[in-house]
Order: sequence, then C-alpha cells, then structure tokens
Amino acid sequence: MSKKMHIKLNVNGKDEEFLAEPRELLIYTLRERLNLTGPHIGCETSHCGACTVTLNGKSVKSCTMFVAQADGAEVTTIEGMGSPDALHPLQEAFREHHGLQCGYCTPGMITRAAKLLEENPNPTEEEVRFGMAGNLCRCTGYQNIVKSILAAAAEMNGAKEAAE
Amino acid sequence: MIPAAFEYHRPKDIPAVLALLEEHGDDARVMAGGHSLIPMMKLRMADIPHLIDLQDVDGLGGIAIGEDTVRIGAMTTQADLIDHDGLFAAAPILREAAFQIADPQVRYMGTVGGNVANGDPGNDMPGLMQCLDAQFTLVGPDGERRVPARDFYEAAYMTARADEEVLTAVTFPRQAGGYAYEKQKRKIGDYATAAAAVQLVKDGGACAEASIAMTNLSDTPIWSEAAGAALVGTGVDGAAIKDAVTAMLGDIDPSEDNRGPVAFKRHVAGVILTRAIERAWSRA
Repeated sequence: MSKKMHIKLNVNGKDEEFLAEPRELLIYTLRERLNLTGPHIGCETSHCGACTVTLNGKSVKSCTMFVAQADGAEVTTIEGMGSPDALHPLQEAFREHHGLQCGYCTPGMITRAAKLLEENPNPTEEEVRFGMAGNLCRCTGYQNIVKSILAAAAEMNGAKEAAE
Repeated sequence: MIPAAFEYHRPKDIPAVLALLEEHGDDARVMAGGHSLIPMMKLRMADIPHLIDLQDVDGLGGIAIGEDTVRIGAMTTQADLIDHDGLFAAAPILREAAFQIADPQVRYMGTVGGNVANGDPGNDMPGLMQCLDAQFTLVGPDGERRVPARDFYEAAYMTARADEEVLTAVTFPRQAGGYAYEKQKRKIGDYATAAAAVQLVKDGGACAEASIAMTNLSDTPIWSEAAGAALVGTGVDGAAIKDAVTAMLGDIDPSEDNRGPVAFKRHVAGVILTRAIERAWSRA
C-alpha cells in the first residue's frame, strides 16, 4: 500500500473530501466511495465509454484516470444532469426515441452527448456519429442513439430561441 | 484492474520534475495524459513506484505560431490541436491526423508530448513529426537540447531521450503546399494497420519538394527519403506514385500481428500511401 492522499473533488456541485490511495481509479471513487453508480464499468480498458464523466469541461473515461490526477477537479456524472421529475432534454429524448435497450451504455452516452452538444449545439448526423465514437453500444445499432441526440439538440435549440 | 501502488507527485515546474527524476531514477516516470501509461499500469505491465504527473508543470502547454516556425508544448492535447485555427493555417495536416487518433474522450487527454516521447510504433505523431522535419526539445540536468524527429526513434519504446530528460516541446517549420494524413485502422480507437503522412510542394506543374513518413510498419516510424525523392521533379502521375510506393516498400519492415500478416500490411501500406499522395497533390 502506498501512502494515502488527501483528495478534494467537486462532484455534481457537491464538495467531497476523503483519503485515498493515489492508484484508485476515478470510476471506483465515484461508484464505491461516493455511491454514484450511474457511470458504469464496461470494458475497464478505455474502449467502451460506459464510464464517461465530464471532468473540468472534458469528456473523460473515468476508468483511465487515477483519483490523484482528478484531485481538485469538478466532475459531473449522469446523476448531476437531471432528476426523475425533471429529465435533462437528452434523457427525455433517449426515452422518447428508444435510444436505449439494456441501458448499460446510456449514462456514458448521455454525459458524452451533453458535452458534444455544448461544443456543437447544431451537429449533423455525421458529426454526432464522429463525436460519439468513444462510446460503444451493443444493443441499439446506434440508429436511435443518433436520432435521440439530434432530437435533443433541436429541443435544446428551440428552448434557447424561445428564451431569447 | 488495480495497478501496483505508487507514490504520486504533481510538481509545478521543470526543476522540480528533474529533481524527482534524479532522486528516484529508474523508479520514476513522468506522465502526460496517461492514456498509454495507465492502461499498462492497470495490466501491471508497467510498475512505476514514483509517478510524476505533468499536468501542473509551468510552460508545457500552448501552441505558438511564429513567422517561420510552429512550437507546440508537450502537454498540448489532440483536442487542442484540432481546435486551434492558427495551427490549421500553419500546418493543416495536424488537424487531419489528430482527428484520426483514438476517440473524443481520449483526444481530450492524449498529448503531443506523450505521443511522440512514448516511442510506441503505433502512435501517429512520431511519423507525422518526421514528415514535418520537427525537432524535439529535451530538458535534463545538463540543460536543454534538440533532437530531430528523424533521429529520435531507435526501436520500439527506445528513443534518444535519456531517462533523466523530459520532452518539453516540438518545433517544426510552417508548412507550404499540399498535405494528407491517411490511416487505415480496423476500428475507431485502434492503432494503424498502416498510415502515411505526406507533404508536397508544387512548382509549375511539377513536384518541387516531397516528404513522406509511414506509421506502424516497422518498430519505429519510417521517414522514407527515397519515396519523397521519387516524386520530386515529376508531375506526380501514376508512374511516379508507383515509384514512390516501391521506394517506400523498400524502407518499411512490418511484422505480423493481429492486424494481419506481413504481405497484407505491405499491400495496405501501398494503398494508403497512394491515397495520401493523391490527396496531398490535389491540395498542393
């Protein structure tokens, strides 16, 4: 065992402080220490994207980051994006357009899609597919995931225009 | 997948990094984005008792576009390369190549410095930097030195960088003419079966300058001087491209792996280089 480090994180707007070994992977911190079980462990080898969270404004695979690297960071998981009573437009669109079957990849899909739409609010279908290339789904064939993200983009752009 | 335990260091400047490297010697290793090193640590194929995270080190970021040269700090990410319009104007091949590296999540973390310093024959930036005739800046206890990318790679994971040195930046001339980075891979996120970086300068109807480098077709990147020479002075027609491909095939030495047997890799290398030359010439 190595020396434990004093770690500070802000997760979904809440400050967290704890002692952890630096080798602890961020996905385990989130799931087992903070009980945020939305981000999933799929492949645990940086391929599948099920563990995707937003960290300091970047989509990252939390299975490929030590908690020590994340010390001081702001993290958003799927739990920080909407609630059962007030779904995020992406969550609503995935439900509406059947963007999931088993649901295992969905938290990673939605956190990644949120960042994609923040950077490119009006993407083409090709841009959605390219921007989601780090997230694998073994059920849907992706068609409905792409459809859901495009629908959410339209919805979010419409809401923005209505507000202006 | 739990890596072996390590002590974690997050120094603020290069002298502090060098002091840690001197203190811990072989037990220490620097880490940029970590997307090559962390998977190796998780598999316990790498055991790093002292991990030096470069994320807070001063002066390792940034893209500076000068009149004649471009300097990219080692901690610049692939996503930063894609986003930088000034870089796209000075050397558009970097954006084209970076878009073909891994996937969006990995591009937010993966850095230029890590990609070129790691010495993995599968990495795309080493061949690209050889094509651009880049220089790598290395800082160590005896100060700073520069090594041309074309002299940097010795074998897989073996480079001219000494253990106590840190690669801090890459520098290369502004690029004129046409460019292409062409890569064949089995799936998103895979390393290349074959990739080619091509820069061509056109003068009148003829090719005045050509630089060609290949990725993942030997245990180092291969800058094929002969392939470039085969194009210079020609109109880059079918016969000239064939000569360049033949010259390139004389320089590579692929080995069989799960991406295919040697004959297949040589075939793909020819197809990829042909496409890259044609696209670069169309842009020249």
